[in-house]
Amino acid sequence: MNRLEVEFKKLKSEKRGGFIPFIVAGDPNLATTKDLILLLAESGASVIELGVPFSDPVADGVTIQAAAERALRNRIGVKDVLKIVGEVRAEGCETPIILFSYFNPILQFRLEKFASEMKTVGADGVLITDLVPEEAGDFQRILAGKDLALIMLAAPTSSNERLKKICEKASGFVYAVSRAGVTGARNEMSSEAENLVKRLRQFTDLPIAVGFGISTAAQMEEVCRYADAAVVGSAIVKEIERTPESSEVAENVRRFVKDLLPNEFSATNLH
Amino acid sequence: MNNFQPDERGYWGEFGGRFVPETLMSPIEELTDAYFAVRDDADFQTEFLNLLQDFSGRPTPLFYAKRLSERLGGAKIYLKREDLSHTGSHKINNAVGQILLARRMGKKRIIAETGAGQHGVATATVCALFGLECVVYMGTEDMRRQSLNVFRMRLLGAEVRGVDAGAKTLKDAINEALRDWVTNVDSTYYLLGSALGPHPYPLMVRDFQSVIGREARQQILEKENRLPDVLVACVGGGSNSIGLFHPFLADEAVRMIGVEAGGKGNNLGEHAARFNKAGGGKIGVLQGTKSYLLQNDDGQIALTHSISAGLDYASVGPEHAFLQSIGRVEYAMATDDEALEAFQMLSETEGIIPALESSHGIAHAVKIASEMPPDAIMIVNLSGRGDKDVDQVQEMLGK
Ligand SMILES: Cc1ncc(COP(=O)(O)O)c(C=O)c1O
Repeated sequence: MNRLEVEFKKLKSEKRGGFIPFIVAGDPNLATTKDLILLLAESGASVIELGVPFSDPVADGVTIQAAAERALRNRIGVKDVLKIVGEVRAEGCETPIILFSYFNPILQFRLEKFASEMKTVGADGVLITDLVPEEAGDFQRILAGKDLALIMLAAPTSSNERLKKICEKASGFVYAVSRAGVTGARNEMSSEAENLVKRLRQFTDLPIAVGFGISTAAQMEEVCRYADAAVVGSAIVKEIERTPESSEVAENVRRFVKDLLPNEFSATNLH
Repeated sequence: MNNFQPDERGYWGEFGGRFVPETLMSPIEELTDAYFAVRDDADFQTEFLNLLQDFSGRPTPLFYAKRLSERLGGAKIYLKREDLSHTGSHKINNAVGQILLARRMGKKRIIAETGAGQHGVATATVCALFGLECVVYMGTEDMRRQSLNVFRMRLLGAEVRGVDAGAKTLKDAINEALRDWVTNVDSTYYLLGSALGPHPYPLMVRDFQSVIGREARQQILEKENRLPDVLVACVGGGSNSIGLFHPFLADEAVRMIGVEAGGKGNNLGEHAARFNKAGGGKIGVLQGTKSYLLQNDDGQIALTHSISAGLDYASVGPEHAFLQSIGRVEYAMATDDEALEAFQMLSETEGIIPALESSHGIAHAVKIASEMPPDAIMIVNLSGRGDKDVDQVQEMLGK
């Protein structure tokens, strides 16, 4: 069993929802990213989503766009992101890590090389925001050959026919996008998310995580009533953004995550 | 289907496809179904051609540029006068086609991106014609250099939203339009302005623009009783060029040259010539399609430069990438300076002030005409008129 399977099995047996934080690698710098991964792992993250910065992030709202710009100013590329994963594994971190990217940086790195280096450094899966099932065939086969997960996105606008195709390509878990739109914190959870998760369950036994717009403990609780995990991205990235001193970023994120996780998420010490 | 039609997934060879967030896939499938339903529908095509005739003034003339041809001392140069279209460029052809489709789909809100502002003006125009809400995204750098078109769009009742990201040009405007679309999928029709983006846009825009080449083919046969030797057109996203070229693709003796923006140098960031492999052009995926892109080794999209906002873009339509790969169309470059010179030369010799985009095509014609025999025939697509550019040119010439 790979790390993702182990983690979701454990969540299930403990009847808990998972917490999946997202940060952009290299924002504000690589050393801080490494600290943040270790801290998030310790603070109760079930899976960590590590963003590969891209110059043209069409699926992202202003918060993550700005984070990608900060990372790109540090010239962070795919190889740096892989390297960071290797480093946290060397320090004993066993929390599943998935890479979150647009397709072009991976394509330029070359798909085979990307998959084998993921395997070498100990990354568990990858999610590509602009790779729909019709275009995912080659990459899916390459990843499957190495027991690496391809996390597919499903949207409220996806027809059942599309959900079926998505689930056929997906492994690890399925990422249900809570609403039509770009990433970014919202006050309300859309009712579409629950409906989407229900529809997805008809087509897959994989765990389902809900993301886009989740920023509070109450929203996480609500989502985990029907989904297996909740992704929190922009809200954490905003904490990073508003901390000018990079030495204080980790502490601020720790405080934020503590408020975010009600007891049932963080009570049991995880790893 | 022959080689010049994409397959079911929107690929010409290895180029094209659909690389978008999943949220957009259902609307894109809906658009594809709607488009294929009208593509061979006689009523729709009649409605389209009638509107082009009565509203936009088609057919546009094919004009023999006698003084220019004589001055260069070579091929006979004909100009396809898209500059005489309503709103001043070929962009209106596609805007008319897509607005009719949007109406059939029952969409009430139209969004568009624009570089030079010509597509934005064309979209604002057809939205005014049909009383539809219109939002146009435009990079703030382009708003600065094409301020006349910003004012025109506002006069036409459109809302122009400035985009401050990246180089603040066309690519950044497309990103923002895509974000709007993904957020407002139900109400909104994205009226994309070039032969770019996810399938079916490159096909649909090419189809609507092919009226240029169909007319030109008939007109040259009437005037010269034979096909031309060479076609020349500037290539931004690739819509005016594919519109001229496509109806001639099966005519093997007709040579075709697409002219990209050579900018001010050969280094990444100094030009917008995607097929310039020494200058950083490589196959990749951007804004929904697989094609040639200007990018660095990490797969980050490069900044681009061109004197002309309409050519200042890091990617190119996938059908062009395919035509380049099979050698059917050649791609050349014209620099900023060459375009500026051609801008003045056409103004002086023919009394036609061309758009800076089109001036790149003229500049290449100037380069090759003198090497051709006097009985050779060349058609250059004069994609737009230069009124929008006169302030910028005045500034650059210091006059
Ligand atoms: C007059 C004119 N010609 C050419 C272009 C380039 O676009 P395309 O390559 O799609 O024809 C533009 C774009 O703004 C334009 O305004």
